[in-house]
Amino acid sequence: MTTSAPGFTYEIARGFLPGHRACAGCGQAAAVRIVMEVAGPNVIVANATGCLEVFSTPHPESAWGVPWIHSLFENHPAVASGVEAALKVQGKINDVRVLCFGGDGATFDIGFGALSGMFERGHDVAYFCMDNEAYMNTGVQRSGSTPFAAATTTSPAGRRSFGEDRPKKDLPSIAAAHGIPYVATASMSFFADLRRKAKKALDTRGPKYVQVHVPCPPGWGYDEKNSVEIGRLAVECGLYPLVEWENGEVARARKIKPIPVEEYLKPQRRFRHLFRGEAGKAQIAQIQALADANIKKYGLTE
Amino acid sequence: MTATAKKPRRKPPLGIVTKPGSSLRNRTGPWGILRPEFDWGKCTGCNTCESICPEGCIRHLEKKQYEADTEYCKGCGMCAAACPFSAITMKEEHR
Amino acid sequence: MRKMIEGSRGVAEAVGLCRPGVISAYPITPQTHIVEELSQMVADGDIDAEYVRVESEHSAASVCLGAVAAGCRSYSATTSQGMMLMAEVLYNIAGMRLPMVITGVNRALSAPLNIWNDQQDTMAIRDSGWIQLYAENNQEVVDMHIQAFKISEDDRVLLPVMVCMDGFILTHTYETVDVPTQEQVDAFLPAYDPLYKLDPKEPYTLGAFAGPEMYEEVRYEIQRDALASKDVIGEVARDFQAAFGRWYGDVLDSYRCDDAETIYVAMGSVIGTMKDWCDMRREQGEKIGVLKLRCFRPFPQDELRAALAKARRVVVLEKAISVGAYGILAAEIRAALYGQAATPPVHCAVVGLGGRDITFDTLDEIESKTRAGEMDFFAGLRREMLEAG
Repeated sequence: MTTSAPGFTYEIARGFLPGHRACAGCGQAAAVRIVMEVAGPNVIVANATGCLEVFSTPHPESAWGVPWIHSLFENHPAVASGVEAALKVQGKINDVRVLCFGGDGATFDIGFGALSGMFERGHDVAYFCMDNEAYMNTGVQRSGSTPFAAATTTSPAGRRSFGEDRPKKDLPSIAAAHGIPYVATASMSFFADLRRKAKKALDTRGPKYVQVHVPCPPGWGYDEKNSVEIGRLAVECGLYPLVEWENGEVARARKIKPIPVEEYLKPQRRFRHLFRGEAGKAQIAQIQALADANIKKYGLTE
Repeated sequence: MTATAKKPRRKPPLGIVTKPGSSLRNRTGPWGILRPEFDWGKCTGCNTCESICPEGCIRHLEKKQYEADTEYCKGCGMCAAACPFSAITMKEEHR
Repeated sequence: MRKMIEGSRGVAEAVGLCRPGVISAYPITPQTHIVEELSQMVADGDIDAEYVRVESEHSAASVCLGAVAAGCRSYSATTSQGMMLMAEVLYNIAGMRLPMVITGVNRALSAPLNIWNDQQDTMAIRDSGWIQLYAENNQEVVDMHIQAFKISEDDRVLLPVMVCMDGFILTHTYETVDVPTQEQVDAFLPAYDPLYKLDPKEPYTLGAFAGPEMYEEVRYEIQRDALASKDVIGEVARDFQAAFGRWYGDVLDSYRCDDAETIYVAMGSVIGTMKDWCDMRREQGEKIGVLKLRCFRPFPQDELRAALAKARRVVVLEKAISVGAYGILAAEIRAALYGQAATPPVHCAVVGLGGRDITFDTLDEIESKTRAGEMDFFAGLRREMLEAG
C-alpha cells in the first residue's frame, strides 16, 4: 500500500497504478486498469513494446503492481508461453494466471507468428490486444488493424489517396479459427462488458484472446475528454462489433441500434478528409457497407 | 545448510529490476489545469467515472460521494464527458 | 559411464543431467539430433521438463527467456539461420542478465545456403553479451554444458552462455564419452536459485526502458561483469577437474607451445587435426605448437599475450570471415598483441568455410604460404572453380 495524498491510498495489488505517462484521455490506460482490477495480484504479465510498455515503465518507475516483463516487440506471446511453462514445472499453474498485453501492431503484424504459435500450442495465457488501430507509440503509422480509409502517417490522405486502402484484418476470426476456448472483442467504452469478458478470459483455461478497442486522442484526432463517447460510437455504428467466440464458434454478440457511420467518423481528424468533397462520400459508402456486413454477419440487430 | 550460513547475495545489476508501483512518485497532477468537480446531489453511484479514469485516481467515499486525487488527475475531462447525469464539471485550477 | 554415442546424444544427456525445467527449440540441421534426443528423453520421462515446440527460433529463445525470468532453468539449441533469427532475442537475454545455456551448433551462413560446418554463425553474435565457449571434442561438449550452467548462474556473471560445437563434425560423429552420473552433476550444479524472478509474492518489473541518462551505465555493468566472468570460467573449470577429473584449460589450452617458434591458433574441433599435424611436423624437427582458444567471449587478452609471448610467428585458422575486413579471431589477436615489446606477425588463414574439409594438406599449404609471407588469405581455395565461373 502506498499513500499519495492525504486519504488516497493505492494498493500495489491493484495491478496498474497512477503516475504513468499515458496521454491525458488515453483509452488504453483506462482499459488496462479495468482488466488489471479484474485480474488481481496473482498474475504475471508479458507485455510487448508499445505505448503501454513505454508509458508504464520508464526505469526506475513502474506503474505495475504485479510481476511484469517486457522483452521485445514481437515475442511477448512466446515469452508468456515460457512463463506459463515455468509455472507448470513449478506446480503453480493453477494459482497464477499469465496475461499478455500487446498493441494492434504487436498483435496483428509483427507478433502474429508468435501469437499463432502460442494459440496452437494451447498455452494457458490470456492475451489482451489493446487495439488503437495504428502504431501509436512510434507516431501513428498504419498497422494491419488500421480501418479502411483512416489516415495515418504512413497511409496519409493526399491528392492521390484516401488514407488506408485495405480493410481491417479480422484477427478475432483468425484467433477463433485456432479453436481456442475463448475469443472476444470488447471496448473501453463498454467497461462493464469488458470486465465480464476479462473475467471470463481469466477464468477459462487454455489460450484466450480479447481484443479491446481503445480510443486514442492524438492518434485519432479528437478532444481527449471524448474517449468514452468515440468508443461508444464505433460499436453503435457496427464498425466494431462486440462478439464472443467459444471453441471457434460465435457464441454471442451485443445487439445495437445502428447509427450511420458518419456519426462515428465525423468527430475524428483521421477521417476528416472523407468529408471534404464528393469523392469522400464514395469512401464513406464503402465504410457503411463494411459496417452493414458486420451487422449482418453477427446478427447485431436481430 | 542453515540460514546463517547463507552468503548475502549481490543486488540486481543496474536497470534490470524495477520496483512495483514506483510510478507513484511521479505526480501527474501538474500535467493539466482542469479538475473535476463532483456534484454529489446529482450522482446516482453508477461508477462510470471511477471505472473509465485512465489514471485510476477517482474513488468514492460513500456510494454517491466521488472525488478525484488531484495529485495524479491529468485533467483530461473523460469523467465529466462520460457521466450520464452531468454530475461532474471540469473547473480550471492553476497551481 | 563410458558409452559410444553420437555427439548430439551427448549434448542431450548432459543437458538432461543439468535438470532443465523448460526446453524450447526449433529444428534446423545439424542441430536436429540434439532436439530429437531431448524430445525422446522428455517423452520417456528421463528428463522432467516442459518441452515447448515453438514455431520459430525467435520464439524458442523467447520461451527460454520467459521461463528463466519466471525462475526455471532453461535450454535451447540452434545454428546458422536459426542463430540469426534469434539474434535479436539473444542480445535481449544478455541485456536482461538472464542466465541460460544455448548450444550453438556451428554452421555456415546463407547465402548461399549451406548446412555444413563453419563458425560464421556464432561469430556473428559475438557482440551480444553472451559468453562463448568452443569445444574441441565430444567429451568436452558434454563437460562444457555442465560447466556452462554453473558459470551462467553465478551471481558474479548473470550472463547467458553459448556452448559452440562444430556441426556434423561433432554433432553427428560417434565418440566414446564418459557421461557423469546424476549424483555427480547434482553435487556440482545446484538447483537454479534466481536472484530475481517473476513471482506474485515479489512483483518486480523486468525490462523497463532506460533513457540516455542511465543506459550507458547499465551497459558498462554488463561489460564489467562479462570481463570478470573470465575468472569464474577458470574457477568452474578447476572445480570441474576436481569433481570429475577432466581438464580442458580454462580460457585457453596450449599444446607443445613451450618452445614453439610458430604457434597455430584456432577454436573448435579443428584443434584435434592440428594437434596430430603438429606432432607430424615436430617429428620433422619443426618447433610448432597449437593454441586452443576455448573461450572467445570474454576475449582472453592477457592470457593470449602470455601464451604467445615467445612465438616468432602466429598463424590463425579462421572458420569465419568479416566480409570487407578479414579474419575476426586474427584481428582480435593482433589487437591483443598490439603495443607489446615484441609482436610476432599474425597470419590469418580463412579455412573450412561451408564444411570444406581441413586436412594435413590444407595445413601444409597454410604453413608454406605463411612462411612465404602471406598475411590474409583463403586456404584451400579451388582456383579452377573461380576461373571456370
